[in-house]
Amino acid sequence: METLNYPALGETLVRHTLSNGLRILVAPKPGFRRAHAIFATRYGGADRRFRLGDRWIDTPAGIAHFLEHKMFDMPDGSNVLAELSARGASPNAYTGSAVTAYHFTCTDNFYVNLDTLLNYVSTPYYTEESVRKEQGIIAQEIRMYENSPGSVGYYRLMEILYAHHPVRENVAGTVESIASITPETLYNCHKVFYNPSNMVLCCVGDVDPEAVIAAAERILPSQPGEQPNRDYGEPESPLPAERRSEREMEVAQPIFYMGVKLDAPKSGADRLRFRLLAELALDRLAGPSSGLYNDLYAQGLLSRDFGFEVDDAAGAMTMLIAGESRDPEAVADALFERIDRVSHRGPDAAAFERCRRARYGMELGGLDRFSGYAGALFRGCMDGWNALDVFDLLQGFTAEEAAEFLCSAVTPERAAMSVIRPAG
Amino acid sequence: MDYFRTELAPCVWLTALRTDKFKTGCLSATLLTQLDRETAAENAAIPYVLRRGTASLTDMRAISARLDGLYGAAVEPRVRKLGEIHAVGFLSDFPEDRYLPESGELENVIALIGELWLNPNTRGGLFLPEYVDSEREKLLERIESLRNDRRSWAVRRLIENMCAYEPYAVSALGGADEAENLHYVRLTKDYRATLASSPMEFFYCGSRSGDEVAEMIRSAMLLLPRGDIDLELGTDVRMNAVEAEPRVFTEEMDVTQGVLAMGYRLGSCMLDPDEAAIRVFNAVFGGCATSKLFTNVRERLSLCYYASSSADLLKGILTVSSGIDFDKYEPARNEIDAQLDAMRAGDITEAELSAAKKAVANSLRQIPDSPAALEDFYLRQVIRGTDASPDDMAALAEDVTAESVAEIARGVEADAVFFLKGEDA
Repeated sequence: METLNYPALGETLVRHTLSNGLRILVAPKPGFRRAHAIFATRYGGADRRFRLGDRWIDTPAGIAHFLEHKMFDMPDGSNVLAELSARGASPNAYTGSAVTAYHFTCTDNFYVNLDTLLNYVSTPYYTEESVRKEQGIIAQEIRMYENSPGSVGYYRLMEILYAHHPVRENVAGTVESIASITPETLYNCHKVFYNPSNMVLCCVGDVDPEAVIAAAERILPSQPGEQPNRDYGEPESPLPAERRSEREMEVAQPIFYMGVKLDAPKSGADRLRFRLLAELALDRLAGPSSGLYNDLYAQGLLSRDFGFEVDDAAGAMTMLIAGESRDPEAVADALFERIDRVSHRGPDAAAFERCRRARYGMELGGLDRFSGYAGALFRGCMDGWNALDVFDLLQGFTAEEAAEFLCSAVTPERAAMSVIRPAG
Repeated sequence: MDYFRTELAPCVWLTALRTDKFKTGCLSATLLTQLDRETAAENAAIPYVLRRGTASLTDMRAISARLDGLYGAAVEPRVRKLGEIHAVGFLSDFPEDRYLPESGELENVIALIGELWLNPNTRGGLFLPEYVDSEREKLLERIESLRNDRRSWAVRRLIENMCAYEPYAVSALGGADEAENLHYVRLTKDYRATLASSPMEFFYCGSRSGDEVAEMIRSAMLLLPRGDIDLELGTDVRMNAVEAEPRVFTEEMDVTQGVLAMGYRLGSCMLDPDEAAIRVFNAVFGGCATSKLFTNVRERLSLCYYASSSADLLKGILTVSSGIDFDKYEPARNEIDAQLDAMRAGDITEAELSAAKKAVANSLRQIPDSPAALEDFYLRQVIRGTDASPDDMAALAEDVTAESVAEIARGVEADAVFFLKGEDA
């Protein structure tokens, strides 16, 4: 057990790896009533093709998400969601492109709930009947996403940006793809990906790290299980597969998603540093205090829900810029014009310093939002970085570095845009 | 957490909670006005126009640069509909001094909020027309974009139809027609009049003492005009359904999934509302993962991915929403009705009741872990005229009986149904 202290942040982090390979992270939060536990596997929508024993297996789109839904059924016919809820906890789960995470938040009975969490996620139980029933529920979930202009716009962007990397597919799959899922495929996926050595347990709250470790040791299998071998296909070109997508839906005004594939270091602290640099560069380019945002806002081309982020999943790092605008092309043109100006005039050190401070404050506030904090901790653990390192890393960037990043990574040739236009 | 409440000036109040557990402090400054179709869009526009520029920070970029320099402090317009009270103002959060290389964060934030309220960027005493014109367009865009979220859109259309003759039909952003008519001269007048005549609520949560914060706000708001204050603010609670049978409204949209929204009057329980019991009633019906709607409409019948209910304790309205296939309107509606009937008949198991009580108590007990949740909770308590803490409410929820839940269910009246369906479906 290793304890890391961050006195300037008022934080402590306890890390431990069990002999079965499970990594455990605990961030004690004295004074808080709420405690959050998350048990996550490095397995998501993008992990469609993998090796089991000596053969490669191809699975239908949406299977990781389907498996997530079915983890709550127990062999005795009970449903864990109901059991945890009956104790007053708020349990839930989510599936991303690269991870599936099961979590609960509670103010009471934390250790009993933790036992339940560890138990059910390591107990696969699927029947023909329960799989059939879930197909109806998930079909409605997929229809809900199909109705959401934001979700459609995002996935259209990923489809044109990436030629074949599976992050381009909807994590939930399609109504057709999930129809072919059987209990056997689910058992295979659980066997390959739900091994202690492929998982991370993370707790944030006023909890005792030793008790958390003891629970995991007591409940989980003692063997690490096999190391999953997954296939995301050939490396992607740095250029988008297609540049444009247009769709019509019932929306008030056009919604746009712009994206750029980023060529980031493979893993570890370098990858974290790279992502942070990309975020800072975006803050400076398009954040609330940028000339770009304020000009476009004043011209009526952007609204307050304009935003951007850097997505990092399954080895694919993507810069996303999204918003609503009556003229998305004008927004894109203005963006590249600004970058062009930076490359000629050089960076503004004072403005960059303000962005760095703003980012510091934002990351600091994030330490009180348990589910987001726990999410950053376990993802970092899977990818070889420590979420609390961002505070030190932030001090090390220069305005020149951010400007250089923008000019080289964000060019018209590398960008793609998906637009949802009002129908009719 | 020390609770502190004091009157800073006539009808200007501060609620302050002192705690060291958060990385960030929280401060809000809110005017309370009566929700009304005529004035809602104007009132909603005020904080957005004020946020465009002050006398010393003349445009939005200058304000944002100032906030970035304050280590990412945020001061954002916040417009809420609390029953039929329209709460408009600013919500701010900012890092606590002890995590920063310099101090004075709260002082700076309060000074900025005071300037936003009292010292806008004006020309000849009037808001800049370009700011008002631009915020009118943004407000219209925001109103029009509400339809992009199909679920909340269906609930909104339900309320607009169900409460057509009540101010409650108006959204927090106001109506599009009224927003269309925003004009800088009228808006400046409305701003001055509203500022002088509305009760104002400040909320603070952070490491400083209530007395200190009160003093800082007093000096930042020294020039706040105080005229005849509107003390008659309130929400008109309608007890019964408008017609004997629920009114049914249907609309078409180019969608792949229907949204069924059902609206009820909470009825007789609103005569002397027992909030804890109403919360538990809602949790048993459709407010948590063990609820009747979740277990039956979703898990047993596989009709949907979501089916849940929500109660407005100030207005006495219950709504249900569920995303379903177009041809499942009848079975879904019948099942939702059947579950409410079961509750009226007292069919509430010990397990259902106990899980619902725990869900309610658990969510209340988590409120003191989030400054923003505390802010919203205490503003609602002010409107209800109580200072009960989340813990007090949680304790009450734990004592609710099955009979009191059934009693509430018996008083509930179905008033309207709204179905959003596909074109030609």
